[in-house]
Amino acid sequence: MPRQGKGRYTAYWLLAPGAIWLGLFFVIPFYSLVSASLFDPNGSVLTGYDVTYHFANFGNAIKNYYPELLRSLWYAGLATLVCLVIGYVLAYAIAFKAGRWRNLLLVLVIAPFFTSFLLRTLSWKLILSDHGFVVDTLQKVHILGSDGRLLNTWFAVVAGIVYNFLPFMVLPLYASLEKIDGRLIEAAGDLYANPFKAFFKVTWPLSLPGVVAGTLLTFIPAAGDFINAQLLGGPGQRMVGNTIQSLFTSTQDYAAAGALSVILMALIVGLVMVYIRRAGTEELV
Amino acid sequence: MSQASEGSRSLHLSQLTKEFATFTAVKALDLDVPHGSFFALLGPSGCGKTTTLRMVAGLETPTSGSIRLGDTDITYAKPYQRPVNTVFQSYALFPHLDIYENVAFGLRRRKSGDVDRQVKEMLDLVELGTQARKKPPQLSGGQQQRVALARALINRPDVLLLDEPLGALDLKLRRAMQIELKRIQTEVGLTFVHVTHDQEEAMTMADTVAVMNAGVIEQMGAPAELYENPRTTFVANFLGQSNLIAGKVLGAEGDFVKVDMHGITVSIPQERAHVKTGDGWVGIRPEKVLIAAVGEDIDAPGNHLDGGVVTDVSFVGVSTQYLVRMPWGQELQVFEQNTGRRRLFNKGESVDLSWRPEYAFLLDASQDVNAGIEDD
Repeated sequence: MPRQGKGRYTAYWLLAPGAIWLGLFFVIPFYSLVSASLFDPNGSVLTGYDVTYHFANFGNAIKNYYPELLRSLWYAGLATLVCLVIGYVLAYAIAFKAGRWRNLLLVLVIAPFFTSFLLRTLSWKLILSDHGFVVDTLQKVHILGSDGRLLNTWFAVVAGIVYNFLPFMVLPLYASLEKIDGRLIEAAGDLYANPFKAFFKVTWPLSLPGVVAGTLLTFIPAAGDFINAQLLGGPGQRMVGNTIQSLFTSTQDYAAAGALSVILMALIVGLVMVYIRRAGTEELV
Repeated sequence: MSQASEGSRSLHLSQLTKEFATFTAVKALDLDVPHGSFFALLGPSGCGKTTTLRMVAGLETPTSGSIRLGDTDITYAKPYQRPVNTVFQSYALFPHLDIYENVAFGLRRRKSGDVDRQVKEMLDLVELGTQARKKPPQLSGGQQQRVALARALINRPDVLLLDEPLGALDLKLRRAMQIELKRIQTEVGLTFVHVTHDQEEAMTMADTVAVMNAGVIEQMGAPAELYENPRTTFVANFLGQSNLIAGKVLGAEGDFVKVDMHGITVSIPQERAHVKTGDGWVGIRPEKVLIAAVGEDIDAPGNHLDGGVVTDVSFVGVSTQYLVRMPWGQELQVFEQNTGRRRLFNKGESVDLSWRPEYAFLLDASQDVNAGIEDD
């Protein structure tokens, strides 16, 4: 039956705010970013920039900045893996073992968001500082050499990313674990699955939607992050985000910055698509 | 397994008790379920029947008492270590696995050989051979129920537990599945322990019914025996309907006990009189009560009740149900088959009632006369 009267347009009215928002803050900036990536590399703030479809910008960006690109993917990937392990255990405990503490624990997961991201990362700088408690202790037990340090190492950067993005892993994992019917796990036990088998045959597959969502929510922003590398890393830990930021703000090489941004975006989209296909079907996400 | 070992695989519960923080769900339960029988645990919700089942499955740890399968004590064995499988009330099918893999789950865990042949045979047994590659949510309720049954049966457990397995089905499908379950049980010859609150379901399917109430077994026996000779008011009311009339025992006379019932003397066979002196409840099933116009002959030596007045008539097709007010104010239920040989009585008519003495039973008067009557 064809829809009639005013109701026919309701869907469009409801779509409008989102569409306008995306138009203003996604489509237009995306267009200007892609344009920037095709600027004449000889342009400057003084002489102006022209879109000359200078596709060599991409090649140059990869040639000049591939270590930062690869490092970003590597750090983000490692941090995502660590987040998954820590986050899964945490989400599992909250969903199945926490009882009446469940809500309190969930609040604690979100609690760090009440403080600014920058402040929290800065405090990690103190925690990991050269004469701080952590380094002193690690030196005493000879895990670190007497001149060993944590700050300005890959460890500090990855630890910072893990810390900052952990809630984005825990919450989707919790949401899908919490939905699992406990009777299914009882049924697995009844059908000769020991707790270990029951986990891998029932709980884990049923939590895959949360695993996929959590890893994406962690990996994507982590790959583009520059705060952790800037505050906790040194020159040897520069990520692609740091490069893009300095190209835009200090060097004002908009063409290279734009090209690098587009490359990063394309890489992430490509990886995510491969990942989702490997992780299963659309119904998982 | 061979015939010889069958006796050793029967299920024995002894002094089984389960206490929760605020109440005792199961009290010192003793139960023997012979191998190969279809056993029903029947009772209202909250009577402890599901807790009993879960203890046998290993999903609840008993507070005290023991569970033995043959000579093996399995009281504290892990669920995955006992040769017991459950058909869950909500089916609990694995939503991420197809029907085939759901049914194969137990075999794969036990590294059983020849999975494919066994799964196909089992799916054929429950008539789902063509649905093997569908996911559980794509099946109807009745089909999901059969998958749950197949998934448990394929493991050939010593005991198959069924927790209200038909509760979610509509009436027609439930009747069909009752017959189906009974057929399958006869075919595979395994011990079935079936938990239900539906007395009709228990009576149609089981060889032995144990009526459970408030954590204890009130009475156990073959369905006909329980129905015809209940020992408690709870069983008399929960299993079908009963007229329970206050009476006083006058004494024994031969094979019968004479009871004064509001001035009328009735006789009850000795073996059906569960109290021998003092007060008691005279019980008679509504379909055993005969109704006749005043003065008409009724075939019922000894137990004749005058002065009834019909207060309600409901015609239900195969039978007519009357409510008859007796001189002492109580309304008795009478079911009469519509054989067409007798006329129907009208509301307000005076009638006489009677019953053959061998159908009546006598219960202890200290029990609640309304025990086991469901409120719905």
